Formats: sequence, C-alpha cells, structure tokens
Amino acid sequence: MQMHDAKRVEIIIEAIMERQISTALTQVGVTGFTILPVLGGSGRSGHWTREGGVGRASGMIAVICLVAPPRLDSLLKGIFPLLDEHIGVVSVSDTQVLRAERF
Amino acid sequence: MSAILDLAAQNLLSPVILCFALGLAAALARSDLSFPEAIAKGMSLYLLFAIGFKGGVSVAAHGVDLGLALAVLAGITLSLGLPFIAFSLLRTLSPGVSVLDAAAVAGHYGSISIVTFVAMSALLTGQGLEAEGYMIAVAAAMEAPAIVAALWLVSRKGGESRVGGELWREILLNGSIVLLMGAFVIGWVTGEDGMVEIAPFIVTPFKGVLCLFLLDMGLVAGRGLRSARGVITPGIAVFGVVMPLIGAALGLGAGFVLGLSTGGVAALTALAASASYIAVPAAMRVALPRANPALYLTLSLGITFPFNLTLGLPLYVALARVVTGG
Repeated sequence: MQMHDAKRVEIIIEAIMERQISTALTQVGVTGFTILPVLGGSGRSGHWTREGGVGRASGMIAVICLVAPPRLDSLLKGIFPLLDEHIGVVSVSDTQVLRAERF
Repeated sequence: MSAILDLAAQNLLSPVILCFALGLAAALARSDLSFPEAIAKGMSLYLLFAIGFKGGVSVAAHGVDLGLALAVLAGITLSLGLPFIAFSLLRTLSPGVSVLDAAAVAGHYGSISIVTFVAMSALLTGQGLEAEGYMIAVAAAMEAPAIVAALWLVSRKGGESRVGGELWREILLNGSIVLLMGAFVIGWVTGEDGMVEIAPFIVTPFKGVLCLFLLDMGLVAGRGLRSARGVITPGIAVFGVVMPLIGAALGLGAGFVLGLSTGGVAALTALAASASYIAVPAAMRVALPRANPALYLTLSLGITFPFNLTLGLPLYVALARVVTGG
C-alpha cells in the first residue's frame, strides 16, 4: 500500500477557544480537523478535569489535524496568535497517510 | 439576633446545604466521588429553566410595572459599580495581586451567581416568602456590565484585553443567559396555564435536583481549594468574605429604596453579594487570558460561594426582614 508523509498537529487548548481555533484553521485552508474532549490533566496552570464542571472556563479540548508538510508553516502561523496567551500545548509529529490528495 | 441564629442553624441543617458540605468534604478528603460533566450540565440546564419559567409565570400573574425597569436599572448600576469597590479592596488587602488579576476578580464580584440566587429562592420559599418574579430579569441584567467594568479597569491601568466579537458572544449569548431569559419569556407568555402543564417536572423535583447540583458544586469547590492552596493568601481569603458583605449592604440598600418586598430585597441582596463562576470566568479567559484563573475561580467558588450559601443567605433574609419590617 502506497503511504505518503504528513504532519500531525495536536493542539491542547482551553475549551473556550474552540470556535476561534476552528475559524483560524479554516482561514489558513485547513478544513479537515478533529476536536476531542479532554478528560483531565495537569500542566503549568495546575490540574483540570471535565468532571462536574458546568462552565467552559476550565475545560480543555484537543484539536488534531493532519496536513501535507508544505502546509505546516502556514498552519502554525495562523493559529499562533490564538495560542500565544492561552493555556495549552502544541505538538507536531511525523505521520503517514493513505490518500495524500486529502491533506 | 436569635432569629438570625435560628435561621442560620435551620439553613445549615437543610438538605441543600448538607449536600454541598458532603461534596466539599468528599473532595477535600480526595474521595473519587464525581459527577460526569454531562450530568452536571444537565442539572444546571434544568435549574436555569425551572427558575426562569417560574419567574416568568410570576410576572404574568402580577403584571409589569415601573418596578421592573427600576429594579433592572438598579441591578445594572450595582453590576457596574461593584467591580470598582472589589478592585480597590483586593489591591488594599493583598497588594501583591497584579492589576490584571485584580480586575478579573473584580469582574466576578460585580456579576452574579445564579446558583446562589436559586438557593436564595429555595430558602425564601421555605420561609413563606417570595421575591418579585422579575428578579430573574434583574439577575440576567447583572451578568454583563461587570465584565465591561473589569475590562475598563484593565485599560485604565494600561493593560491589554482582547475585546472582540467572540467576547461579546460569550457575554451576551452564553447558554445560561439564553436559557434563563428564554424560560422567563416562555413562563411569561404561557402564564399559570403553562405552569399547570409542566409543574410536575419543574416544581416537585426542583429541590432534589438542587441538592444533587450543590453536591457537585461542593465537589468542584473542594477540588479547586485543594489545588489552589498556594494561590489564596490570608488577605485574599478575607476579601472573599468581606466583599460579599459589602455587595450585600449595597444590594440591601437598593432593594429597600426600590420598595421591593421582603423576598425581593433578600434576592437583590444575594445577587449583589454573589460572585460569578460560570459566565464571567469564561469571558475572562477570552478577554484576559493572562489573568490567573486559579485566583478568581477559587475565590468565587471556593470561598465566597460557600460563605454565601451557609451564612450569607440566612443573614441576608434576616436583614431584609429588618429593613422591610416583613
């Protein structure tokens, strides 16, 4: 099976930023991404958990997108202004995909 | 004085408060007791719908008068003014708190806690008192002005905030406000007939759901207190108790001047004394992302909310009785 190189960008960010991060991704041409709920965790800003919370102020989400390597830089530049001051982590890893034309 | 103590003891031994205490104790003892997010959210939606609908039915029964407009105006004024007092008080009691953090906290104390309002409504019902139905509209009107005041405080001190469409959407169209006011309008339009149709759903189970919700609030408050031990200094803790009393005094005065009923004065007092922990934290994360959420969430949910729930509410009812002679 023919595989193609791609980049997997994982953004863990405050749930309150969901709409803005989706818009920013769409604006840089990344229309395919997945948003996952985050059960809980711990970081520089302390612990967080989804349990029991009724507001969105302390929840986190994970946004995952796969892009072709040449598009990585524009993606990161597009989302950086949103990530600059907010709690979260961005990681980029190498991956492979089956249908390159989709990314 | 003995009447206040009796009411406080009665309140402390109510199922609602004991459930909150159970949650708080369980979280502090590191129990694995927890509510799934969806259940907590579902209970809050139920409570908002029920309290909004009941308020609307009450307005339909008693009609609209100048009192509604004046009470809403008073609520907006309190919400705009309280952040300035909170900002100065916090910076005085704890000079180490940054301008940004103090402004974010101030926004919380100008806004309201709808759960405190719901708990006050339950306490008033138990006392045979009732607030004016339009106090729901006052509660909704008090959510947003405090956020504007907090952002103005930041800009006045040379700080930066992110004010844009997303923030205004968060302030004006957050789910709590939309549901509360939507249910209020539905209750107003359908009146007593509508109430008869859905009373078995929104009246009978109300206190039971409130108990479970406050159990969850206790868990959230306890977890917050546990994880924020280094954030809360003695000065900040004092602020968390003194500020609601200042807000209460102003709310009490405003309610008295407006000529509200005993229940109405108590409700406005509770609104002015309470601090937001749902709507404003979300708005602050958008507008002031550099402000420390551990500080404002722990203060409003871990200190002020338990204080109001256990000691504040019976005190406010007793004071409302004194000033109105009710």
